[in-house]
Parts: sequence; structure tokens; C-alpha cells
Amino acid sequence: MEQNLEAITFTIDGVEVQGMPGQTILEAAEEAGIYVPRLCQLKGITPHGSCRVCTVKVGGSWTCAACTQPIYEGMEVDNSSEEIQTLRKDLVEMLFTEGNHYCMFCDKSGNCELQAMAYRMGIMAPKYPYIYPEAELDASHPDLFIDRNRCILCARCVNTAQEQDGKSVFDFAGRGPHKKIIVNGEKLSDTQLAAADKAADACPVGAILPKKGAYAKPVGARDYDDAPIGSDIEAKVCK
Amino acid sequence: MAEKRIIVEPVTRVEGHGKVSLLLDEENKVKQARLHIVEFRGFERFIQGRPYWEIPVMVQRLCGICPVSHHLAAAKAMDQIVGVDKLTPVAEKMRRLMHYGQTLQSHALHFFHLASPDLLMGFDADPEIRNVIGVAKKFPELATQGVLLRKYGQEVIKATSGKKIHGTGAIPGGINKNLSIAERDEFLKDIDQMVEWSEGALKVAKEYTMEHLEELGSFGSFESSHLSHIREDGCMDLYDGGLRAITKDGDKIFDHIPVEQYSDYLAEEVRPWSYMKFPFIKSIGPEDGWYRVGPLSRVNTADFIDTPLAESARVEFMALTSGKPNNITLAYHWARMIEMLHSAEKIRELLNDSDLQGNDLVIKGERREEGIATLEAPRGTLFHHYKVDENDQVTMANLIVSTTSNNIPMNLAVQKIAEEYISGKPEITEGLLNRLEIGIRAYDPCLSCATHAMGKMPLEVKLIDAEGKVVDQMVKG
Repeated sequence: MEQNLEAITFTIDGVEVQGMPGQTILEAAEEAGIYVPRLCQLKGITPHGSCRVCTVKVGGSWTCAACTQPIYEGMEVDNSSEEIQTLRKDLVEMLFTEGNHYCMFCDKSGNCELQAMAYRMGIMAPKYPYIYPEAELDASHPDLFIDRNRCILCARCVNTAQEQDGKSVFDFAGRGPHKKIIVNGEKLSDTQLAAADKAADACPVGAILPKKGAYAKPVGARDYDDAPIGSDIEAKVCK
Repeated sequence: MAEKRIIVEPVTRVEGHGKVSLLLDEENKVKQARLHIVEFRGFERFIQGRPYWEIPVMVQRLCGICPVSHHLAAAKAMDQIVGVDKLTPVAEKMRRLMHYGQTLQSHALHFFHLASPDLLMGFDADPEIRNVIGVAKKFPELATQGVLLRKYGQEVIKATSGKKIHGTGAIPGGINKNLSIAERDEFLKDIDQMVEWSEGALKVAKEYTMEHLEELGSFGSFESSHLSHIREDGCMDLYDGGLRAITKDGDKIFDHIPVEQYSDYLAEEVRPWSYMKFPFIKSIGPEDGWYRVGPLSRVNTADFIDTPLAESARVEFMALTSGKPNNITLAYHWARMIEMLHSAEKIRELLNDSDLQGNDLVIKGERREEGIATLEAPRGTLFHHYKVDENDQVTMANLIVSTTSNNIPMNLAVQKIAEEYISGKPEITEGLLNRLEIGIRAYDPCLSCATHAMGKMPLEVKLIDAEGKVVDQMVKG
């Protein structure tokens, strides 16, 4: 079948943007230097569309996940209206209250995408009540540990292990509030996960962390100490 | 006849929350005086299960005033866990710089903001002016110096740990940054001024003590043992050393005890009316084995101080008691200012040490299961003791916090002051009650740091009628 390689023209917040057929809204926006907030999306793995933080409104009528929705000619995308921003903020607040996220001592603090997202969105304290779920920490692996208190169920580890490392390490069990990340074995040390695996570095939060080198990056040199998350994408516009 | 209970709550100008209760008989004679710690922390329990490298960052949340103490004490314990007995020069000196920065800011905070209103405005002054604002209005230059000394110390903490409060600098086996040339040069600009202002504050504290010697000789004062750690050569060392305890006369109870052996020499007991534990020297026993810690004890236990201005001040301080331990409770302020000057001098010494620009930040050794460390926190000797399992998770934690060691001494100070100033008085004024707080404040207690007795403390509740008779009683634990 012959592929149509002509560029697609659509708008994001009224600004004309071009993308290629098959690209998602998020991918095309990123190439145009427009940041669409995201947590579960990770370059190189199949979009999961689970966190919904990239929610945009299309044609003024329906919402979708920008990481899974392909673009089409004439599409009108709302990425920054108050309505969309409020919705995303609520989602991020719920991620905080559904877990036990104690940034003050987390090794990931300053490098954490969830924390950085909250800062970018101006979240000072969630308006929803904390659930304080009981969650387990598995430190049986010699090089890595998994702290389910901090897991946001984004599936990055699940998909990265399968698609990029070729290993079956993580999966989900349970539904709704009981959903949790599980490992292929009784504990993490039973799995094939290795410190050099891409899955070991895929977690956006502090749920899967290396045991060595904790806090080695000083405050001031961490990923989001100087600029908000997404600044690197937005910087493309200035070039 | 009815007994009377007087409650001073909250105790003000201290860190944390506490209250004093006095029980008076019908003639206003003090039957009982106690300092109660009414908050609860429980860190010893909830850090269990966490990976050991998180602990230096986590336990410092005990406190917002001297978190560096807990950060460094835990890091020192975790050095043991990763098999490191000696850090690289840059790591040790960066940690020391952090610690002296903290001691400078904490002592400045206490002296200028918390204690000076009593000393400069008078014990009986109107509470409306007996506060830091009153001091700032009447002694603007001194108050400004206090603020700027504290700021300098906080900036040192930020440069060494990443943040002014609750940084991440000390990591198991080392430190995560060095001091840049630019940072060093910035601090060098003002350090001479800090030393000079510290000398000025020392003069205020010394002159106050000398001018009020007669009153202070008995004011909440009592003879006691003293504990601190000490360098091998007997020099005061706020960061590292072996344990030394002396009697009220200055005789050694034990000396240069490796900190790993602390539990052979010290023990703790719990009592039903406080969340604080009561540590004591084992060889003397729980009844009489209590001791004091903090600036007064450190100056008393040290053979010398290795910075010239502070050493000269120490010699003058010890001359007052002919070289014997000084047991005047309010002399804590004088001793504290000697230490503030020592810290400023130490910062100056370190800033001129090129080791701080080294790049060999972290080392590792053979993994161990247990880590024990002490640090001389601004308020006294601090013990951190941890056990870690094969999965790197903490299984046991014991913290003996400085204020805990001063628990009985603070209660004794309250008792003595109550007996001397309140007992039998027909009218109990605000100024008289303030004296109780002044006795407590001398110790610069951090009540929030010191409350960890959960799971061990038997709880006792008494229902007392108007005549003071116990109507009902429940005991748990």
C-alpha cells in the first residue's frame, strides 16, 4: 500500500503546526517545541495512555490522551485552556494522594517527573484527602529496589522491560485501588532484572531506584533544579 | 485542704512543645515540679524497613533548627555500614565545615533570639518587650549581628549540603560535593567579621554571668556529672571523638571510650509521665547516673580548645571555678558563646584549607551490619545507632538525642527554681513563672528531637479531685 508522506497541518492552541502521518499529537507537538505534560509516556516504548496527564481537547468537543491520539488534517487541539490545565492538575493531585510520596527524603527528589510536574503546575498541596495506602518495599535485589509507596502505575517499567530489554520482569495485578505492580517471581531478586537494563532507568518517580549512588547528585545539579520539566522541549521554539 | 496546680504551657522560646506543671500545697509550698514533653515523634520506629542510605536525609526531619546534627550523625553511622572508618580529606572537612556552620547558626539563634530577651531586658520585664523584637528595638546593633551571624552559618550549610535546611550533602562513605573556589571566596569576605561579632557576643554572655554571679550561683544550679566526646589528645572536638564523662569535681568516670561501646557505659529508662527517655551512666545506676551534655559540659570536659580565641575564653571560664567543672546552669550561655567563637574560628581555618576543593568525595569498604556514631550537636552529645539487614533495610534504630540526656537536669532546674522563687510566695507573678522557663532555656532544649519512647513507655493516667486525692488510675504498658 502506498503511504501518504505529505505533512499534516493542524493547530495547537490556535497555532499552526505540521506533523507527519502516524505521529501522535504529543510527538508532533514536541517537534514543534510545544510541551504537552506527560508522565507515563517514554520515548521508544509503545504509548500506554494510562496517566492521562497529557489529556488535550480536540475540536472543542472531546478529550483524549495526546500520547496515543494520531494527528489528522485540520485537527484543532486545546493544550492550555484553563479547563484542560485544571483537569491535568486534578489528575496529578490524585496521583499524589493515591500513593505515599514523601519527597523530603526521596532519592529521586529533584529528578522526579511527578514532583517536577507538580511544581510546574503550581500544586502546593493536594485538595484531595490522602489515602495512605499500605505498600511494600522490595529491596531483595542486590542493585535495585522497588518501593511501591511511590508507584504511579504508569507501566513504563513493564513495557520497557518487555520491548527494550526483552525480559518479562514487571506486570500489574489487582484492579482499581488494589492495582499494584508485581514482579515475575516472589521478589525482585527472583527476576532477570539487571542494573544495566533500560527498565531499571525507566521509572518517572522513585519507585524503582538503583541502590548505589543515592543522593550523589548534589542539590543544584539535579534534573529539575534550574528549569521546570518540559523546558528543554519549549527551548526548541527559541532556536 | 486543696492542692493547687500551676501549668506553664507552652514553654516558650525553646524548640518544640513542652509544659511545666507545679503542684503546690495549701501554703503554696512546691510539692512537685516537672517539665513534660507533650509532643511525640517516633522516628526510631518508622524508619525501620527503609534503605540505609535514605536515613541521613530522613532523620534530619526530626528538627528544623539543627537538622545537620542528625544528618551528620546518621551519615557517620552509615559510613560504618558501608565499611568506611576514615573518610577522604575533602569529605571529612566538608562535613566539618557543615557542622561548624550549623553550630554557629544554632548558637546564634539561641543566644540572640531566644535567650537574650531574659538576659538583656530582665527576668521580670514586661513580656511585651521581653522578646526578640524588644531586644531589636533596644539593642539594634547586637540584634542585627545575631541575625547576620545566623545567616552566615545557614549559607555555610547551604554550600556544603545543598540547602539551608534539610540538605543532602553527607552520603554514606563521603559527601556529594566539594566547595568551589567561588563559594570559598564569598565566605572569606565576611569570616573575620563573624569572628569579631562572636567575640562581642561572648563578651555579653561573660559579663552578664560575672555581674549576676551571686544570683546565678544558685539559680537552677546543682552539681552534676558531664558527658561529651573528646579528641584523642583531650581537645574539644564537635565532630568526632571518644566518650568522656566526668564527675561534679572533674574526676573521670570514663574516658576515650570508642562510641561503638556506648551501650556498655550508658543506658536509658522510661518513666510514665514523659515521652522522653532518661539516659544514665550504667556504673552509677538509674537513680544518680544522670548527667549533663551541651556547651557547659563540653567546656567542662575539654582539656583545651584548638582555636586561640576560644581557648583563651575557655581558660577564663574555667578560672572562675578554679579549673573544676562549672555547674552554674546559666553559665551554659557563656559556654555556648565560647563554642560559637570556636565555630567561627574553625570555619576560617577550613576556608583556608585547599583540601575542600578536592574531588575524591566518596569511598566504600566492606559492608557491615551495624553502625554507631556520635556527634556533638549544638545541644549536646547525639547518638545514632542502626542495624541494617542483608537487603540494605534498617531493622533497628536507637537515637539518644542531646535534650534527652538533659531531661533530668532540666527537671532539676525547674524544681530548684520553683523551690527558691515560687515556694511559699503569697502571689505568683508572671516574672516568677518566667524564671522556670529561663532555667529550661539555658539548656537550649529541642523537645521535638527528643521524644521517641513509643512502644516502650508505660502510660499512666490519674484522675485527681479538687482536694488532690487520686480518685481513679489507669496504667498501660
